[in-house]
Amino acid sequence: MLETLNRASQAQVGNSAVSVKNLHIRFGADDSGFTALSDVSVEIPAGSLVTMLGPSGCGKSTLLRTVADLVHITDGSVSVHGQTPRKAREGRDFAFVFQEATLLPWRNVIDNVRLPLLVGKREAGATYADPEELLALVGLKGREKSMPHELSGGQRQRVAIARALVTRPRILLMDEPFGALDEITRDKLNEELLRLWQETGTTILFVTHSIPEAVFLGQHVLMLAAHPGRVKEFMKVDLPYPRSLAMRDTVEFIQVTAHLRKLLGEC
Amino acid sequence: MANALPSEAEGRALTDGSRFRILDGLAAAILRHLPATLAILGCILLWQLVVWGFSVPTFMAPGPVDVIKAFGENAGVLWTNFWPTLMEAVLGFIFGNVIAVLLAVWFVYSPLAERAFYPIAVIIKSIPIIALAPILVLLVGNGIAPKIIIAGLICFFPTLVNMVQGLKSASPAMLDLMRILSASNSEIFWKVRLPGSLPFLFAALKIAATSSVMGAIVAEWIGSSYGLGALIIEATYNFRSPLLYATVVIAASLAVVLFFAVSYAESKIVRWKPTTDH
Repeated sequence: MLETLNRASQAQVGNSAVSVKNLHIRFGADDSGFTALSDVSVEIPAGSLVTMLGPSGCGKSTLLRTVADLVHITDGSVSVHGQTPRKAREGRDFAFVFQEATLLPWRNVIDNVRLPLLVGKREAGATYADPEELLALVGLKGREKSMPHELSGGQRQRVAIARALVTRPRILLMDEPFGALDEITRDKLNEELLRLWQETGTTILFVTHSIPEAVFLGQHVLMLAAHPGRVKEFMKVDLPYPRSLAMRDTVEFIQVTAHLRKLLGEC
Repeated sequence: MANALPSEAEGRALTDGSRFRILDGLAAAILRHLPATLAILGCILLWQLVVWGFSVPTFMAPGPVDVIKAFGENAGVLWTNFWPTLMEAVLGFIFGNVIAVLLAVWFVYSPLAERAFYPIAVIIKSIPIIALAPILVLLVGNGIAPKIIIAGLICFFPTLVNMVQGLKSASPAMLDLMRILSASNSEIFWKVRLPGSLPFLFAALKIAATSSVMGAIVAEWIGSSYGLGALIIEATYNFRSPLLYATVVIAASLAVVLFFAVSYAESKIVRWKPTTDH
């Protein structure tokens, strides 16, 4: 299933951020339940940006939530930097960005970014990022004292990204983070996410419904098929970084999206 | 300073400007409430004219002038009967709401407790409060206790229902986030569930503020010799209608004051709006 991954071109050969082996996820009782993921195996190279694409019900969110220790593993294994998802969660190895910004509406912007530093187990020697710097990084310098209801949807999602980065996670798990935003805001945030990725070197796993978004962002695209959820293809996107929005009008880009659209039709 | 614009004055705390700001605010408030004020004054005037025009006997329906006179003549009686009712209403408000909030917290963390005791709360709620008063007098005597209990009971149910809903209002994504942050249950309670429940709680407290006064007065109807409720009964039986009306005005004012006290506390504590994402 990994044939399409051109591993030789990867700097981080044999250095997986996330390693999924023969993963089965079943929900509910044995006879009345349903299989969300069936025999999924995939290696996410450290430092890569992998987008996950697939029809509804293909289990892409479930896969992401399994990595995040939000879903109980039925069978198989998931390892995050060599640890179980639970250990990785406790060690603050990853952060999660939801489709909703999930900000606490009674806390101002900077206090929302600080939230991860106030709860859970904090490692004694861990160094965390400066919330003010992170807000500047996501373009919200000067809005520290704003309340969430004073921000636009896009701005709230930027705060959520800053909050995710405050613990300096090695992996960023993003579940359709820009899915509810308008196209212009979404384009802008896509570009900024690429910049963040290149500046921080964080591994990013990004679930999306949009083929252009998957291709624009992804170093690799993981295509899942539905009923049951399984890996359809894990392909490298041979488009150079840094990428700009104009790239989406090039023949190369359109060839990749056309290929994925055809694959999606077969799922 | 004297000619400072309101917007400028707003920025300067503890200067002369702040006094003007208060005056400006007052003027704006009066202007905003002018239609309501005029309407109320119009009703009172109409009431007086009807009483005069149809020569309604005072014992049947006193005019506003009679009621105002009753305030002056009975100031001492009204004052001494006002305090017990205030105490009963406030203590009932506090006890009823504290117990409701604690029970709501228990229900949210123990589904078994919720299933076991929620129906009992509904049963108690469905007993007419006026029927409960004599039972409580028999149980705990004729002192201040049955009044506080009834005022508390009347507050209890709306607060319980709202608080349970408020504590459960945290979004699944928010709870997922807290789990990913490895937050403890107490961190989730203090940082997410409790602050999120405050708008629900205050909605209930505003209802409770007015109904606690009603509870105290109803409780005073049953064999009590003091309080606004007792005064209402006494004034009615003696055909002292102006005193009756004055008592009712005092009782209503008490409820309004308590309501605005809770609203003020809400405006100071809940200074945020829920965000509907995107």
